[in-house]
Amino acid sequence: MKKVKRVLGAALACVMSVTMLAGCGEGAATATTGGSGSGTFKIGAIGPLTGAAAAYGNAVVNGAQIAVDEINEAGGINGVQIEYKSEDDELNAEKSVNAYNTLKDWGMQLLVGSTTSACSIAVSEYTKEDNMFQLTPSGSAEDCVKYDNAFRVCFSDPNQGIASAQYINDHNLATKVGIIYDNSDVYSSGIYQKFVEEAEGKNFEVVSAEAYTQDNNTDFSVQLQKAKDAGADLVFLPIYYSDASLILTQANTMGYAPTFFGVDGMDGILSVENFDTALAEGVMLLTPFAADATDDLTVNFVKKYNEKYGETPNQFAADAYDAVYIIKAAIEKAGATPDMSVSDLCEALKGAMTQIETKGLTSAKMTWDASGEPNKEPKAVIIKNGAYVSAD
Amino acid sequence: MNKKQTKNNLITYAIVIAFYIIVEIMILTGNLSSHMKGLLVPLTYYAVIAVALNLCVGILGELSIGHCGFMCIGAFTSAFFSRATEMSIPTVPRFILAFIIGIAFAALFGFLIGIPVLRLKGDYLAIVTLAFGEIIKNVINSFYIGIDSKGLHFSMKSAMEMGMDKDGDIIVNGAMGITGTPHNANFTVGIVVLLITLFVVQNLVGSRDGRAIMAIRDNNIAAEATGINITGYKMMAFTISAAIAGAAGVLFSHNITTLTASSQYFGYNASIMILVYVVLGGIGNIRGSVIAACILYLLPELLRGLNTYRMLIYSIVLIVMMIVNWSPKIIEWRKRTFGRMNLKLTKEA
Repeated sequence: MKKVKRVLGAALACVMSVTMLAGCGEGAATATTGGSGSGTFKIGAIGPLTGAAAAYGNAVVNGAQIAVDEINEAGGINGVQIEYKSEDDELNAEKSVNAYNTLKDWGMQLLVGSTTSACSIAVSEYTKEDNMFQLTPSGSAEDCVKYDNAFRVCFSDPNQGIASAQYINDHNLATKVGIIYDNSDVYSSGIYQKFVEEAEGKNFEVVSAEAYTQDNNTDFSVQLQKAKDAGADLVFLPIYYSDASLILTQANTMGYAPTFFGVDGMDGILSVENFDTALAEGVMLLTPFAADATDDLTVNFVKKYNEKYGETPNQFAADAYDAVYIIKAAIEKAGATPDMSVSDLCEALKGAMTQIETKGLTSAKMTWDASGEPNKEPKAVIIKNGAYVSAD
Repeated sequence: MNKKQTKNNLITYAIVIAFYIIVEIMILTGNLSSHMKGLLVPLTYYAVIAVALNLCVGILGELSIGHCGFMCIGAFTSAFFSRATEMSIPTVPRFILAFIIGIAFAALFGFLIGIPVLRLKGDYLAIVTLAFGEIIKNVINSFYIGIDSKGLHFSMKSAMEMGMDKDGDIIVNGAMGITGTPHNANFTVGIVVLLITLFVVQNLVGSRDGRAIMAIRDNNIAAEATGINITGYKMMAFTISAAIAGAAGVLFSHNITTLTASSQYFGYNASIMILVYVVLGGIGNIRGSVIAACILYLLPELLRGLNTYRMLIYSIVLIVMMIVNWSPKIIEWRKRTFGRMNLKLTKEA
């Protein structure tokens, strides 16, 4: 009797697991072949929609959504509508791959993602396997576009570091430079490394380089004091804006007023709650996107974004918006149709990417080479009277 | 007693093997979505680390909430090895060596950390293991290791400090971790590791040593009075547990090609996640850990359709599971309503 029960128990457990798996197995048949017979382009987006980095993922998802809506309203790509779906990855590379697989089951043909570098690298391993076209809006680490099917919209970390060093050199902004960076962050340490490498032989000298981590990002007095003692007249901050706002506040408290120079992560500093924007006066940053630029494209995008989501878009949203339009341009160039298989579509777009030249929110002119890196000019802005003004 | 235990162990293997066969059949007939296929390897390594932690928490009776630290060590040492020898050793022996290295290092650190930690009890032990888990993560975050024609370079400050040749290959790059680990882990390997883990742990539990370990858990003083070498057995169980966690780490790093020692993978939240698998699966119940790890890892993924509500529902499910499994009143009610047979079934499921 006991034996029967045990066997029964094991059998029931098996049945349970089978039904559970079978439940998720639906739709698998259509997913593997890729081409959607329904006559729409299926674009998927991946980003952290929940958790600490949710602001970035949501910006990407929303920015892409606006572009998709605009394109669909205007009649689609070559008359073909776009279907769009986003999945959450919780800033976790493992979950990002799961999100990618979920989107694949949905029938995704083109991927706008992932939002963050580590996730994007993990996913690119799989897009490579499936030969799916991947365009990451904001994955800035070098390895994100390691494979030939992956392209990106934003600057790479090294590019930002190099561009910053060159900019400081070309405009004679400083003689002694201090750096404060987050060594627990891929983005920050990536820029820092390239900046220091590039700084060699330039007309300024890096006199202090102090690191902090996400576990101690509230008190920067030590780092600031070291920069001050070393006589730095410019402090380079390759970090995100929330930490930068604290640095500016604390520098002000201790009466230290060098030029602060940031990169695109600094964009958003004027919208930090309880931050006295007067302190940001004179801060320079290299950024591809400024929400208060006055060109039609930006004004229109910011207005739509504000109406729909009730906030001012940041560069992540702008990158994603551009990404969708870049895909549109590439599809038009290649003359691709939605009935092509994922792999054929990818081959067609790969070729087209190197030929197109697009205009977007993040640059007036963008081109790509086969490496996947965008070719665009960094814009330097300076904060004057609480608004970004072009520095040139 | 012994015969019953053997049968019980065999049932666990049978469940795992049956699961494997069913999944393989579904893959062959094209009935498994790519989403599910992607979840299979994570399922196996979370089951493995849940078994490892159950050995520590359930069998040894010492609460460890830094077990992901050992997973981290296993992941990084093996990924480093695989990256460094990717060109020179063929895949199969390299992957086996990577396993040996990952497990050995995790065991070594388990042993070293065990020396001071196992003198503590209860809450103190939990806090210290938590601290060690965080230390491991932060130390790895500041490592820079690269290889060029001159050999290995090492720095704890930055990649430039290493002074490498231009063609040098930076393998461990601080917070950026290790990228480009070969993608060697697959479901079959995962299941084999899980079976070996179950074999080791279940046999340990059934052995003389296992009884000694459980005697320490049940009554420290009585065990000592009987002449059991308390420190020795504690160290043994803790080291084996760390080694198995290292094996889970090897699977982890060879499944996802970017490896960063950040808190979402190896922080205390991740460790507590594993502890939740163990507690909900039944403390000391090895089979329960495997099943709970599978269900609880799958659940948020299966709830993807609910978008942002899924974490809310997931937490509610956790609470409900906890109550249904452990509340004395509910257990009583279950007994009354479903009788003995069902009780047995729920115990097994």
